[in-house]
Amino acid sequence: MPFLFPTLVGMVVFTHGAVFAAFFISLTRWDALTPWEWIGINNYRDMFLEDKLFARSMVQTGYYTLASVPLGMVASLLAAALVNQKLKFMTFYRTVFFLPGITSIVAVAMVWLWLYNPDFGVINWLLEIVGISGPAWLGSTKWAMPAVIIFGIWRGLGYNMVIFLAGLQGIPDVYYEAAEVDGASRFRRFWHITLPLLSPTTFFVLIISLIGSFQVFEQTYVLTQGGPAYATMTIAYYIFLQAFQWFHMGIASALSFVLFLAVMVVTVIQFGLQRRWVHYG
Amino acid sequence: MAEVVVSRDPEAVLVRRRTAWTIVAQLLKVVSSYLVLTLLGALMAIPFIWMIVSSFKHEGDIFTYPPVWFPDPLIWTNFRDVVNSMPFILMSWNTLYVAILNVIGGIIVCGMAAFAFARMQFPGRDALFIVLLASMMVPAQVTMIPVFLVMQKLNWLDTHFPLWVPGFTGGAFGTFLLRQFFLTLPSELDDAARIDGAGSWTIFWRIFLPLSKPALATLAIFIFLYRWNDLLHPIIYLNTPEKMTLPVGLAYFRGQYRTEWALLMAGAMMSVIPVLVLYASFQRYFVRGVVLSGIKG
Repeated sequence: MPFLFPTLVGMVVFTHGAVFAAFFISLTRWDALTPWEWIGINNYRDMFLEDKLFARSMVQTGYYTLASVPLGMVASLLAAALVNQKLKFMTFYRTVFFLPGITSIVAVAMVWLWLYNPDFGVINWLLEIVGISGPAWLGSTKWAMPAVIIFGIWRGLGYNMVIFLAGLQGIPDVYYEAAEVDGASRFRRFWHITLPLLSPTTFFVLIISLIGSFQVFEQTYVLTQGGPAYATMTIAYYIFLQAFQWFHMGIASALSFVLFLAVMVVTVIQFGLQRRWVHYG
Repeated sequence: MAEVVVSRDPEAVLVRRRTAWTIVAQLLKVVSSYLVLTLLGALMAIPFIWMIVSSFKHEGDIFTYPPVWFPDPLIWTNFRDVVNSMPFILMSWNTLYVAILNVIGGIIVCGMAAFAFARMQFPGRDALFIVLLASMMVPAQVTMIPVFLVMQKLNWLDTHFPLWVPGFTGGAFGTFLLRQFFLTLPSELDDAARIDGAGSWTIFWRIFLPLSKPALATLAIFIFLYRWNDLLHPIIYLNTPEKMTLPVGLAYFRGQYRTEWALLMAGAMMSVIPVLVLYASFQRYFVRGVVLSGIKG
């Protein structure tokens, strides 16, 4: 099967084979230099019973997910509805909304670091204009996570907007025309036509947003390095630290499996729940 | 006389009022739409505007409060200085060639696999396709450790091989995207070619690839962007500044020159420019790609 050969090699070495290898490594103590030592499920036991950072990182990942997924989805749906109007300059606005998502996260995070500066930053300057004294943002244990979340929403908005836009444009006009003849208000049209007919798209955006937010790494790496005082320590960043800063390959692999399971469970639950609210054709 | 009659007719007055009211409502709707759009757009654009503004500032004018939005005079030397003070050209080249190799590998290998899944008959084909797709569910964090160990065994740490060699083993996303496209091509095409004596390779190279240019362009842009902006892999594999790609290089130099914001902004801006050019030139492929990956997923 020459056509499939390179892909099969990739599956064996880099994806499926690697998953099995990771599970094997998760049952060892190994620094990747000296010989590994078989320790069974100890890594998993320690993780749940002793590792406070693991618990912390799971809680912070949950915080990030619960805030960024719903807010991000509402914002991108709003943006999609706005640029879906038959008005001039819509391409321009679409471009503006879409740009953050395609630029290097490091490059744009650099600007955000500075926007968030408590003394010289643009954000606190804007807040001061409307009479609010801004927090220390990335330096504050309370506000660092919201700052990371705002950055994440800003970056992800355009991508989700384009998906929502495609979904909106797939809804036939006749439904709206019929509803208008019947005198349905703008809100009722949105609630009873747009939302149900858009639900497959919403479901897709929900799934990819959830999976993405469980793995949030780059935001915290560039903006906060997990700090201050672990306030932005996400599970993906913690795995990175364990594996490539501390060279605890066994612990890191065990953590990554727990992350994998969490992603699977949440996705399966969502697929189970979709019957209640997703309407296909 | 006629006017008076019309204005006294209560129904006509009602109609006229309603039309006037509709026009006002319509106008209000348009104005409020633009207001919200512009407000939201400004919020989205402020970081970019600030990036541009700051890259033209004198280092000494960086930390002023309130923020200065129109630097005077414009300082152009930041761009020169960032090129001189960090291996910027070298890093751009590293990023570019790694991204291009990934694009080439991805297109050919995903194309081949997609062709097999779309057009060839073999036992277990659809099951294998689903198994391949399942890898999209696996977080990068799971596979990165074993893959790192493989690269370590191959003595490829601190080289560019780990960044592009895996690109030549395809991937679920690209295979899926191209397969969906290949399925839309009429099977009469390959039947006719086969009658003329063409083998699978000829059909793939001479018919499928040339006919799939839009889908290939979409995939190419996706891979290029992903690699141009990728931080996770270069961070794991590269240590020497001269070997770094732009994202990890910028992050590295932030640590080195913590205070030189104007230079960092100039560097960040220059690293963003190729993406902006790419986006401006191929906007429709971007949108199509997002839609393809989104709706049919």
